[in-house]
Amino acid sequence: MTGEYFAPTRLDEALDVLATRDAVVVAGGTDYYPALGTRAERRDLVDLSRIAGLRGIERLADGSLRIGAATTWSDVARAALPPACAGLQAAARGVGSVQIQNSATLAGNLCNASPAADGVPPLLTLDAAVEIAGRSGRRHLALQDFILGPRRTALRPGEVVVAIRLPAPPAGAVSAFHKLGARRYLVISIAMTAVVLSLGPDGRIAALRVAVGACSPVARRLGALEAEAVGRYADTLAVTPAHLAPLSPIDDVRADAAYRHEAVAEQVQRAVRAAAAVAAAAGAGAGAGDG
Amino acid sequence: MDKRVGIDRVAFRLNGRAVDLRAGGGERLSRVLRERLGARDVKVGCDAGDCGACTVLVDGAPVCACLMPVQQAAGRRVETVAGLVAEDPSAQRLVASFADHGAAQCGVCTPGMLVSATALLREETAPDADAVADALGGVLCRCTGYRKIIDAVVHAGSPEPTPTPAADYGDCGDWGDGGNRHDRRDRGDRGDRVDRRESDDWGGRHDRRDGRPGTSIPRLDARAKLDGTERFGDDVAPADALALRIVRSPHHRAAFALGDIAAWRAHRPGIVAVLSAADIPGINRFGVIPPFADQPVFAESEARFRGEAVAAVVGEPAAIEALDEASFPVAWTPLPETLTMDQATAPEAADLHPGRAGNVMCRGRVACGDADAALRAADLVVEGRFATAFVEHAYIEPEAGFARLVDGRLEVHACTQAPVMDRECLAPILALDEAAVRIVPTGVGGGFGSKLDLSIQPFLALATLKTGRPVRHAYGRQESMQSTTKRHPGDMRVRIGATRDGRLSGMAFEGRFNTGAYASWGPTVANRVPVHASGPYRLADYRAEAMGIHTHCPPSGAFRGFGVPQAAIAQESLFDELAERLGHDRLAFRLRNALDNGVPTVCGQVFDQGVGIRACLTTLQPAWAAECAAATAFNRARGTLRRGVGVASGWYGCGNTSLPNPSTIKAGIRADGTVVLHQGAVDIGQGSNTVIAQIFAHALGVPVGAVALLGADTDITPDAGKTSASRQTFVSGNAARLSGESLRRQVLKLVNAAETSVIEPGAGVLCIRDGARRHAVELARLSADGDGYVLAACETYDPPTRPLDADGQGAPYAQFGYAAHLAVVEVDRALGTTRVVKLVAAHDVGRAINPLLVEGQVHGGVAQGLGMALMEEYLPGRTENLQDYLIPTMGDVPPIETLIVEEADAHGPYGAKGLGEHALIPTAPAILNAIKHAIGVRITQVPATPARVRAALRRQEHEQAQAQGREPGQQRGQEGEDG
Repeated sequence: MTGEYFAPTRLDEALDVLATRDAVVVAGGTDYYPALGTRAERRDLVDLSRIAGLRGIERLADGSLRIGAATTWSDVARAALPPACAGLQAAARGVGSVQIQNSATLAGNLCNASPAADGVPPLLTLDAAVEIAGRSGRRHLALQDFILGPRRTALRPGEVVVAIRLPAPPAGAVSAFHKLGARRYLVISIAMTAVVLSLGPDGRIAALRVAVGACSPVARRLGALEAEAVGRYADTLAVTPAHLAPLSPIDDVRADAAYRHEAVAEQVQRAVRAAAAVAAAAGAGAGAGDG
Repeated sequence: MDKRVGIDRVAFRLNGRAVDLRAGGGERLSRVLRERLGARDVKVGCDAGDCGACTVLVDGAPVCACLMPVQQAAGRRVETVAGLVAEDPSAQRLVASFADHGAAQCGVCTPGMLVSATALLREETAPDADAVADALGGVLCRCTGYRKIIDAVVHAGSPEPTPTPAADYGDCGDWGDGGNRHDRRDRGDRGDRVDRRESDDWGGRHDRRDGRPGTSIPRLDARAKLDGTERFGDDVAPADALALRIVRSPHHRAAFALGDIAAWRAHRPGIVAVLSAADIPGINRFGVIPPFADQPVFAESEARFRGEAVAAVVGEPAAIEALDEASFPVAWTPLPETLTMDQATAPEAADLHPGRAGNVMCRGRVACGDADAALRAADLVVEGRFATAFVEHAYIEPEAGFARLVDGRLEVHACTQAPVMDRECLAPILALDEAAVRIVPTGVGGGFGSKLDLSIQPFLALATLKTGRPVRHAYGRQESMQSTTKRHPGDMRVRIGATRDGRLSGMAFEGRFNTGAYASWGPTVANRVPVHASGPYRLADYRAEAMGIHTHCPPSGAFRGFGVPQAAIAQESLFDELAERLGHDRLAFRLRNALDNGVPTVCGQVFDQGVGIRACLTTLQPAWAAECAAATAFNRARGTLRRGVGVASGWYGCGNTSLPNPSTIKAGIRADGTVVLHQGAVDIGQGSNTVIAQIFAHALGVPVGAVALLGADTDITPDAGKTSASRQTFVSGNAARLSGESLRRQVLKLVNAAETSVIEPGAGVLCIRDGARRHAVELARLSADGDGYVLAACETYDPPTRPLDADGQGAPYAQFGYAAHLAVVEVDRALGTTRVVKLVAAHDVGRAINPLLVEGQVHGGVAQGLGMALMEEYLPGRTENLQDYLIPTMGDVPPIETLIVEEADAHGPYGAKGLGEHALIPTAPAILNAIKHAIGVRITQVPATPARVRAALRRQEHEQAQAQGREPGQQRGQEGEDG
């Protein structure tokens, strides 16, 4: 009664199967099985985990990174990455549990398109793009254009995500990731904030990127805050309701919207200060004493 | 299409052995390991990666086997706990350390813990507690409170393992003299450990074989729980068993009509039977309290809660697995539901059950003195309304088992807390004599009260009777959460008065408890709450009324404390308000009003011995002084993070409330010299297999290692009652003591030896040393009874109680156990998050038969109390999984210091009192009181989620701003003094 299981070792094989069958893509299985529950699977499955070259992090000559679609959270957490990716690595260590991190993939996290996906805010702050392959070729989409809404992506039938591409971060950029949940492990975020920041020689913010997850259908960058922050000291940066305008939190079993609004303002403030402290400590803010 | 990439065979190495099998698309690795490769040591708790019980190593990395398609294992190494324990030195060290630390209770999470820990120790020698928590944080445990597990892993990983804390506590030679109180400290979290005297490769020591009361022997059933051989409900079915699927209501309330079942079945080969209410040979009704029995096995025309069964499909496993439930012919007509007590008691609400007008299931009441007059006379009266949530038991083992017919009798093998009650409830449903039904409890992967009720058993039994074949089933996590009992949500209005000098003056308590669609243990909650809502204090003027209210929610039943933890939240919170407003120290206020020997309880019961609350509170005094000072110092920084200290008491009557509550324990000595204990007190992880054996062995006068255990099994163990109401150590323990004493008298009488003689069982012989004289009894010369025993005893103990009158006056329990907890929390004012930093738990257990197991119960209870206080809230239809329903993880339970107080009880075996439920009663109020101390706001609704704490702080800020004529919001970060 069950469908067939395909474990291609080449991408074109996977695309061929997807082109001809109503097949479901699996990689880590960590979202697929919980969604399946006790139902029997009748569809075919295409397992991307054995495709050569799909797993691993590659640093390209231009300083950009290419993270293969089958790269797991544990791979990310253990990789030697630049400080701008520390937030992404902190997010990696906060995904579910060690067991989940060993199986779950970054690309799966994006394709599952949960509003509370841990990977999305840090990747947004890294200006990530999604590399997509189909039988007709490859295309790239900015992450914010890839995730369209809860459980909805721009992936077309027959396409798979093959990599996540991160352009070279700004010089001296550091990062932070703060996750708020009601328990320590195995927890879905009530709210989360990712920050990529660099300080100028005077200790003022030279560049800031902030993204917030679990407070809108898709995680969002806080553009107004980012713009306003440049030239300010992190300690004096106050997060206002206007800064949070892109967010539209809801009431759910984890928290109500009013709480999320309030907590996320605090969380953003803390994450920015934490990143600034890292930058100052790293000497990125050369000579500035109040980072 | 390229067929070369399709896979239908999978080959990998399982625990070093090559395996090769055909597999269907996307079969879960966990399922293949368990069902096709015999690796039943891999446990399944959720099938969603939320519990980690199924953790295995794939190429050395821990993964949830339930989330991995078996095809992904192809060509790789898969290791399970059984393989690791057999081969891996780290795993073997862990096993010994887990046994010594009492790190396994029910044992169902243990494989996941051990596998994760082995992976950690392979990568990292000498991990600290934080590293252990990071590595094991993905495995949930509901029994241990995690701290023993952390200690066990740290210990196993340390290069030179330090002595374990499992050795006995100093000189316990005076344990038999009664009345002496010993304060024993659980030093596990502070590294201050007692030397182990002797060890073997299993971590044993000489007192392990002795096991006299007072010694911390590792649990006798530890090995099976650690090496993967323990068999739980889903591990025991024969290979040819049929499977079943239960069709359940997707609506909170709905009328329904079954369609053409015959036509539906006609083109579904492999379906053997479809069962519904019409197929029940006996009475379609059950309940744990016969006068209130109201729950159908299958709803008949209306489903009263989401998840209620309406039909079951029985068939070959493949057919059941492939079943498309949506195709089942049932037509639902949703009806208006009442989910809250306010809705259910509104005038327009329909009654769920005839004869229970206004949806009031029953009421309970205790009154003494004149509460209203005392409140009027009080110098200060505080009042409050407190609300608690449905709490899910969340044992890691969902209900599971199988049934079969053997020689015309029905056998049900399933996890349960109450085998004899299961039989009593099942027989009338099946129209069978009780004698035709045998209940064989499997290993129980946690119970906490919910496995007292029938769950899976009637479906298995009916399906087996209908088909004549063995039938098995394991509830899925959602099915378990939807359909089994919960802790009652409470809505409590309480007023308590005090005089200026800090003496209580009147208390009035009114509580409504959401008992859901069916009665279950609701009447017990309604009765227990008024008896206990005073807390262990002297209150001459008291009135408490409780009622159970029916709603279209899952039935609320028994959950560790039967309503008492809810009531304690209200009472202990208001005690803090009284103390604070009177300007009294909060601990001193409790001491001033603590119950004492010779002082009547609110039921008018007077104990002339054994009242231990004062001792518990006194024992907390040093920690109280130190922690309060530390909190004050911490808060001088006036940061966002605030520290608070809280204290709360609890008491709990052991055994049934004013009802007969006997336990019977049988034992015998075989001709070959084996001493056999028929141990019918079901061990659900708490340790009755060990404690009952220790008591029995001591009474007989043999080392516990000389005792072989049988049971539980309704065919071979007499009724030792339910594992509930903190009664097994006390009641079954007494029956075991009486049996041991009886057997000892018989042995000594054989040779007319003195009472002080020493009995030494040997092969086919009993040696009896009577001073200088030595007798050898050749057992083969004695005639054996039908059980093969040459000497046998069967004794019953029933605690002395008296009925309660209309005002709840009487003697509800023969003994109470007492407890007081101190909690230290840090609250983040801006985010509303609460972290419990430390917990000190003082427990009067009368006599700690096994201090290690006492600590285990305390730790587990504290963890559940912490969950109830901070995160647990079951919302029917919304939190039906372990991802949305949060229980504490390894990172959420702080170090726990257990202070064992021994105020010996005249009725308890060797002075022992019950403990199981006491352990969580004070925890939640102590945490809430600590939150109030930290940030000055009183949380009156649990769980105190970050959102609720922030909402309370917003109200406080608003009120303070109004009081000062300012706009709210200006206050942030500059609030006034702490409470």
